[in-house]
Amino acid sequence: MLNATNITVELGRKRILHGVDFTAGPGEITAIVGHNGSGKTTLLRAMTGEIACGGQITLDGDDLRTLPPAALAARRAVLAQATTLAFPFTVHEVVRLGLTGQSALLPGAETLPERALHRVGLEGFGGRFFQELSGGEQQRVQLARVLVQVWQPVVDDRARWLFLDEPVASLDIGHQLQVMRLAAEFANAGGGVVAVMHDLNLTAMFARSVTLMAGGQVLAAGPVAQVFTSATLSAAYDCDLRVSTPPPGGGVFVLPQAVA
Amino acid sequence: MLTAILRVQPTAGDRSIRARQVLVALVVLLVAVALGSMAVGASGVSLGAVLGRLIAGQELALHERVVLMDIRLPRMVMGVMVGAALAVSGAVMQGLFRNPLADPGIVGVGAGAGLGAVLAIVLGSLLPASLAALSGPHLVPIAAFLGGWGTTLVLYRVSTRQGRTSVATMLLAGIALGALAGALTGLMVYIADDQQLRDLTFWGLGSLAGASWARIAAAGPIIVLALLAAPALARALNAFTLGEAAAAHLGIAVQRMKNIAILTVAAATGAAVAVSGGIGFIGIVVPHLLRLAIGPDHRFLLPASALLGATLLLLADMIARVIVAPAELPIGIVTAVLGAPVFLWILLRRRGLVDM
Repeated sequence: MLNATNITVELGRKRILHGVDFTAGPGEITAIVGHNGSGKTTLLRAMTGEIACGGQITLDGDDLRTLPPAALAARRAVLAQATTLAFPFTVHEVVRLGLTGQSALLPGAETLPERALHRVGLEGFGGRFFQELSGGEQQRVQLARVLVQVWQPVVDDRARWLFLDEPVASLDIGHQLQVMRLAAEFANAGGGVVAVMHDLNLTAMFARSVTLMAGGQVLAAGPVAQVFTSATLSAAYDCDLRVSTPPPGGGVFVLPQAVA
Repeated sequence: MLTAILRVQPTAGDRSIRARQVLVALVVLLVAVALGSMAVGASGVSLGAVLGRLIAGQELALHERVVLMDIRLPRMVMGVMVGAALAVSGAVMQGLFRNPLADPGIVGVGAGAGLGAVLAIVLGSLLPASLAALSGPHLVPIAAFLGGWGTTLVLYRVSTRQGRTSVATMLLAGIALGALAGALTGLMVYIADDQQLRDLTFWGLGSLAGASWARIAAAGPIIVLALLAAPALARALNAFTLGEAAAAHLGIAVQRMKNIAILTVAAATGAAVAVSGGIGFIGIVVPHLLRLAIGPDHRFLLPASALLGATLLLLADMIARVIVAPAELPIGIVTAVLGAPVFLWILLRRRGLVDM
């Protein structure tokens, strides 16, 4: 269980987050959505320890800020929006960086990078230079590295966590679905996934819980069907949006052109 | 290990097997060059003949023993230590700054060490006679080491806020500190007398000519400590390639590893500059060449840098000793003439990757 209570973040004199509460459970994808500058990425960075914040954050009861980096890395992996590389590593070498701690001790650990590349649809890319790939390919290589770091979603009856910052932002629709399915697989196997999302339809398809942010505060949080209502979303994004349900009784979807 | 080296079909993109092969080759090369450097010198003593007589159980002539044991051997040992220290501190600094062009010379550590040495040369005569007698020949090395150390500490205070070091601030502060050290050095040169100017010029160009067992005893432990600390940094430096935040997410204790890296660089650079003056380009060219050959994985890059740095410095020293024999050229000239074009060539060839 990931619990963040009363999170405040200040950058310089400006307060970015005003007392945000956030909860995510294992076994499902929890999405953070909101308009540009709503503070969703800042919230994720606060919860991964990247930036200082006020408030309380616990992961399965342990205070996140007192766990040493190595212990934390064994329990959660983080995928950033984009990663630039300082030196010409090959794709294999980048993915292999995820082979730390518990993953390195698994039987057949040396084959994990290849298997992770296969899972993100980049088999055969191991020998290419990371810097020569397209943005979308680079993002999937980083996802493979992150998957290697927390290869088993559950270790010793405790869930491991994936923190994904706009994991599909630079991908085409096919790869968006592929990456979200990987995240869903991880969650279905017992792991926890927290994802900052821009695409509300993908969020509706894959996330079970969602936290909707606006202006550095939580506007609504809970099951997707409760949060994604026409009124709430229209207020959050400051534009007319209408939530509809497809005829065969599936999940909700978001369609700007449905506005009369 | 052997089976790993001989494995024929490596995983695509896995350069660790090639890296191990290169490491073995570099060890062989270093041993060969080290033996070669023992055989070359102005006195004309032949290593082969001496070894032959030793094997035959004959006594060595006094001048032969002096030339081999007190001149060439300490010079070879110091060349290995200084070359390894310069190359490793370059590789560590580049990993820390995530920039293949970063070098202790760039962030002012070399300039600070140089200022210490120049202060000692010019102002050393002002010391009370008793103190001067006490410090004796160690004054310049000690002052150079303290200068490098002090620069690194100031640099760290300036560029670290709330326990976090900004690489950009550190680079810019290093340039400013280097300029300040350069100005003070210029001032010292301005007030120096003729004999001091000669000393300054020769020291500043860099040379192994002052090699002695006493100097090795003074600088050796520091360099060896720094070289031993370097492998512990390899995993952290690899993770730093992805950025500091990603390194922390991979479980690296970022601030602690940065501190260790900075201390390693300061110690290795300060000690090397102290005993040999300004020998440039080893710290930048060696890691560059090795990244082309085996990739940037610091687990292999750091030991390979130590080996190739030592080898290249010994080769440069042999050239410096032979080219105008019986006189000798300052080695800094040789490394600059050989290193600068290689550096430019690498820049032009790899511009796309270097820019990133």
